[in-house]
Amino acid sequence: MIQLSGWKRWLLAIVVLHGIVACAGFFAPYDPTEQDREHPYLPPMRIHLVDTQGHFHFRPFFYAEQLRVGSFDQFEEHSQQAIPLRFFVTGARYDLLGLLPFRTHLFGAEASRVYLLGSDAYGRDQLSRILYGGQISLLAGMLGAGLTLLIGVLIGATAGYLGGWRDGLLMRVAELFMALPWLYLLFALRAFLPLSVSPVQAFFLIILVIGAVGWARPARLVRGVVLSARERDFVRAARGFGATDSYLLRRHILPETSSVILTQAAILVPQFVLAEMTLSFLGLGVPEPVPSWGSLLASLQQYSVLVSYWWMYLPALAIVPFFLGYLGLASALQQDAGTEKIVRTAGGSRW
Amino acid sequence: MRYFLRRWMQAVFLLIGVSILTFLFSAIAPGNYFDEMRLNPQISPETVAALRAQYQLDRPLPVRYARWVNSLLHGEMGFSFANNSPVAPLLWARARNTLLLTLTATLIAWALALPLGIWSAETRGRLPDRALSGATAALLVIPELVLALGLLILAVRSGWFPTGGMFSVGFEILSPMQKFRDVAWHMELPVLALVLSALPILVRHVRAAVAEVLDAPFLRAAASHGIPQRTLHYKYALRAAANPLISLFGFSLGVLLSGSLLVEVVMSWPGLGPLLLEAILARDLYVVIGGVLCSTIFLVAGNFFADVLMYWADPRIRTGAAAK
Repeated sequence: MIQLSGWKRWLLAIVVLHGIVACAGFFAPYDPTEQDREHPYLPPMRIHLVDTQGHFHFRPFFYAEQLRVGSFDQFEEHSQQAIPLRFFVTGARYDLLGLLPFRTHLFGAEASRVYLLGSDAYGRDQLSRILYGGQISLLAGMLGAGLTLLIGVLIGATAGYLGGWRDGLLMRVAELFMALPWLYLLFALRAFLPLSVSPVQAFFLIILVIGAVGWARPARLVRGVVLSARERDFVRAARGFGATDSYLLRRHILPETSSVILTQAAILVPQFVLAEMTLSFLGLGVPEPVPSWGSLLASLQQYSVLVSYWWMYLPALAIVPFFLGYLGLASALQQDAGTEKIVRTAGGSRW
Repeated sequence: MRYFLRRWMQAVFLLIGVSILTFLFSAIAPGNYFDEMRLNPQISPETVAALRAQYQLDRPLPVRYARWVNSLLHGEMGFSFANNSPVAPLLWARARNTLLLTLTATLIAWALALPLGIWSAETRGRLPDRALSGATAALLVIPELVLALGLLILAVRSGWFPTGGMFSVGFEILSPMQKFRDVAWHMELPVLALVLSALPILVRHVRAAVAEVLDAPFLRAAASHGIPQRTLHYKYALRAAANPLISLFGFSLGVLLSGSLLVEVVMSWPGLGPLLLEAILARDLYVVIGGVLCSTIFLVAGNFFADVLMYWADPRIRTGAAAK
C-alpha cells in the first residue's frame, strides 16, 4: 500500500550529499586553511580540453595564472604554461571521517595549485573551504535539530501524557515561542549569550541557540499524537495489565510519534543549517579561521568584495542541493503519512 | 464584539508573556554593556559600579522589570546605553522603515499569489499548473540569504538597482515627488527579495485551498446557472477558500518580518535589522528587548487584522460569536 521508494530516493540523495561533505578531505584538493599569498582573489580557473593551437587533449588541463601586466590584482591565463589535471594525487594529509589518516585527493595538480572555484583574500581554495565548511554547518544543523527534537519530544510527551494544568502551562509557553518571528527569537537568544568566544565554544553555543529556538512546533505535534495515543485501546489494555507510566511511554506511546519526529527532522535540519549560516554570516557564529558556509559569506558584506569577486558568493549556493533533498524528503514523508492515515481510517491494514 | 474582546485579551497576554520571557533571558545572560568598560583601565571600577547603579542594573530582576514596564508606559521602553537615549524613538525611526518594507512586500506577495494560485488550481495537472509548481519548487529551495545576496550581486554587476541604503545622496533637497520615487527605487531590490522568498509558500497554499473548493457541489451548481468563470472563481471560490488563507496571512507576516530582518542587513536598509545587530554586538540590552517586542507587536497586529478579516469573510464565526 505504501510506496517506500518515494522517500527512499530522497534519503539516498541526502546521504550521498552528506557523504561528499563528510569525506571533504578526499574531494577537496587542499587543506582549507592553507594559504597562497601569491594568488589572492583568483577567479575560478577554466578547465580546458582544447589548447590554444586547437589540439584536443584527453587529459583535462588548465593554464597557470599570472598577474596581468601593469596590474596588481588582475590575473590572466599564462597560455604557454599548460598544467594537466591529475586524479587521485597525493597531497596534504587529512583524516577521513576524522579517523583514518589519508593523503590521497580526488584531483590536484603538480607545479601549481588548481582553483576550481577561485580563491579568497588569503589565497585559500574556495572549493576546499566550501567542502570543509559544510562539515561545520551541517553538523551544527543536525545537532541543533537533534537537540530541538529532544526538547520538543520531552515537553510534548510530558504535556500530552500528564494533561491538566501542566499541559496548559507548557502549551502557553510554546505559543509564546511560536508567536515570535523566528529570526528575532534567534537574535534575542544569541544576544544574551557571550560574544567573544573560541570557535569550538561558538559552535556549541550556536547549537544551543538554534536548538532552543524551534522546539515549540514539534512539541505541539508530539503532544497531539501522545494525547490521542493515550486513549487508544492497546494502551488502555496495557495500563489495565499494570504497566507503569514509563513503560507505557517508552513501549507504546513514543513509538507512535516516530513518523512525526522523522518528518520534523527533515524539515528542521535544513532550516537550522540556514540558521547557522545566518548567524555566522552576521558575525554572531563560528569565527573566521574556521570555515563554515556562513562565515565564508561574511566577506560579502564588504562592498569591494561584492563588486569585484563574485565567486565569493558560491558558498551560498552549496546549501541549495541540501535544501532540495530535505524538502523532497519532508514532503515525501508527509505524503506517506497522509496515505497511511487514509489507509488506517478506511479500515485497511498496514501489516 | 466578545470575539474581538477575547482576541484582544489574548494579544495582551501574549505581549506580557513575551516581555517577561525576554527579560528572563536577559537576566541569565552573562555580561552587559558595562562589562566592556571594566576592561578599560581608564575607567575605575567605582565608575562602572556607579553607572550600573544609575541604570539600576544592580537591582533584582522584578524591580528592573517593573521599572521597564513603567518606562514603557511613559513611551520610552528603557534606555539604550550605546546611543545614550531612550529606546522608543530609536526603535520607532527604524520600525517605520521595516514596516514600509514588510507591508509593501506582503501586499505585493499576496496580490501575486492569489491570481497565480487560482490559475494554478484552475489548470490542475495541465501545463500552467505544472510550470507554476516547478517554479515555486525552485524558489522554495533557495533560502532568503542566498536569494538576497544573489540579487545584490546582480544589482552591483548590472547597475540596474541601487546597491543598498534607502536614500540617494542629496535626498534632502528633492521635491516630495522625487523623494517618493527615490525611496521606491531603493525599495525595489529588498522588496523583490522578500516577495520571491514568500511567494512559493503562498502560491502553494492558495492553490491547495482553491482546488479543494473548486470541486464543491455549490460551485458546479453556480456554474450551471451560467455565472461566468471569472466571477465564480474570484468571488465565490475565493470566499469559500478564505478561511485557511486568512490564517496564513498572519504566518506570512511572520515569515516576512524575519526575512526583512536579514534582507535589511544584507542590503543595508535602515530598518530594525541593522539596529538589532548593532545592539547585539554592543550588548545593548533594552534595544534588543525592544526590537523583539516590536516585532511581536507587528505580528500580533497582523493577526488581529486577520481575525477582523475572518470575521468579515466567514459567517460561521459571526453567528458563532453571536450565539455566545
